[in-house]
Amino acid sequence: MSENNNNNTVKIHTKDVNLWYGENHALKDITLDIFSNKITAFIGPSGCGKSTYLKTLNRMNDIIPNVKITGDIQLDGQDIYDSRVDVNALRKKIGMVFQKPNPFPMSIYDNIAYGPRIHGIRSKARLDEIVENSLKGAAIFDEVKDRLHKSALGLSGGQQQRICIARAIAVEPEVILMDEPTSALDPISTLKIEELMSILKEKYTVAIVTHNMQQATRISDYTAFFLVGEMIEYGDTEQIFSHPVDKRTNDYITGRFG
Amino acid sequence: MNELTRKRIRISDIVLKALILLSAVITTAVVAAIIIYIVKRGLEGMSLNFITTAAFSYPYENYGILGNIINTLYIIIITLLVAVPIGVGAAIYLTEYAKRSRLTTIIEFATETLAGIPSIIYGLFGSVFFYNLFRLQYSILSGSLTLSLMILPTIIRTTEEAIKTVPISYREGAMGIGATKWYMIRTVILPCCIDGILTSVILSIGRIVGESAALLFTAGIAAELPNFKSFTDIFTKAGGAGGTLTVQLYQYAQRGGGEMKYAFSTALVLLIVVMVINVFAKLAARKFRKV
Repeated sequence: MSENNNNNTVKIHTKDVNLWYGENHALKDITLDIFSNKITAFIGPSGCGKSTYLKTLNRMNDIIPNVKITGDIQLDGQDIYDSRVDVNALRKKIGMVFQKPNPFPMSIYDNIAYGPRIHGIRSKARLDEIVENSLKGAAIFDEVKDRLHKSALGLSGGQQQRICIARAIAVEPEVILMDEPTSALDPISTLKIEELMSILKEKYTVAIVTHNMQQATRISDYTAFFLVGEMIEYGDTEQIFSHPVDKRTNDYITGRFG
Repeated sequence: MNELTRKRIRISDIVLKALILLSAVITTAVVAAIIIYIVKRGLEGMSLNFITTAAFSYPYENYGILGNIINTLYIIIITLLVAVPIGVGAAIYLTEYAKRSRLTTIIEFATETLAGIPSIIYGLFGSVFFYNLFRLQYSILSGSLTLSLMILPTIIRTTEEAIKTVPISYREGAMGIGATKWYMIRTVILPCCIDGILTSVILSIGRIVGESAALLFTAGIAAELPNFKSFTDIFTKAGGAGGTLTVQLYQYAQRGGGEMKYAFSTALVLLIVVMVINVFAKLAARKFRKV
């Protein structure tokens, strides 16, 4: 798998990341690297901290009150929790797709143009181009090209999720974080999103939280296993699922708990 | 006859059903009686002259309420112009920016209390406060500012409720692609709330149109037509006294006798205005909901 591709550059480097929700110590000393143009999957039972960890990467936890984060998180070697970092600029670079498809209650076009408009693009021609390219990038252009100005809420769940992916790539991010992007979708829509992800990794770095271990094996290059706030094991997906080092990882992937 | 087809008849069911029916009939009949009575008495004094001219001094030689209609419109517009931005702003602050604290609890308690104060007290307060603060005597502006205070709680609460119904996923979606908080509020939250804000505006218009106690001491009872000589007169008009339809109704009714029929005619106009506003509100809400 990834061995024949030896230019593994670290995109996001995290070291000793701890996070507290009030008194609750939700992440404990997480250290791992996310590599460029790879898909990294985070697996683990509910409440293990995998989504929380994902959200520290684009500072989405900042919205929640009483959160305390320590440790080092670097994007291309730059500390993203540095006080000089503009969190909105950061989220432009590190986009996010959520568990439940959440297109805005506006037209498909306006949904995709939302991000570019935030970042100051006003030209109609430029926006048209971005919308088309983004929709193509999310493999949904052909399905919606005749109804760009109709409400995005009229689409199916799977289409809505691809609209959300298109919305995320419209701001030309470098990393896309996906928080259980297919858990609310049917198997066919799930398959389409998975196919899309393998295309996306050519241009972007992808990190995905998933409940579905088959999904992790199907799509990811690397897998990290989380358990009650700790990162238990991290490595090549193939190795994690065939020869896990830690007994707890083995118990989890063989379905003994979770 | 088997068990399934045998209907059981209970006396208590019949009695209760009859009582409920009776309540419904009484309610409907009362509303119908009021409307019929107002229309019947109102038509006596109603004429084209009545709604297209103004009575300017007492004793009247001419009975007309055009002046009051214009005053009412003035007060509606100015009150909303003042109260809606402040109310919506306060609601945004309370739901989006303010941290849950003692202060927000106090603000919310104050808002609720404000909603329960009788309107005559607003009138009393407004007459003294705005007079001393702005040197505004009886004036449309004074009245409007007083009513703004009165309707603020409605606007704040309704808007707050509307903002709270916007799903968190929309917020995450907007923040997740780098929207600033204000940009998100402006482009996602507020458009989702337009329904709720509109509802509060309609409720407010209803209260403004129906208010008399708070306006007697603040906007006064003047009923003359505005005398627009230049463009700026449109604005200076607000600095003068002006009685609304309800205030005028109160005066006609107070003097009684032959003027009582004009009180009913004014009531009829009010009734129609309120109905038109309600219909308009329903249409507007439906239009916005489609988006």
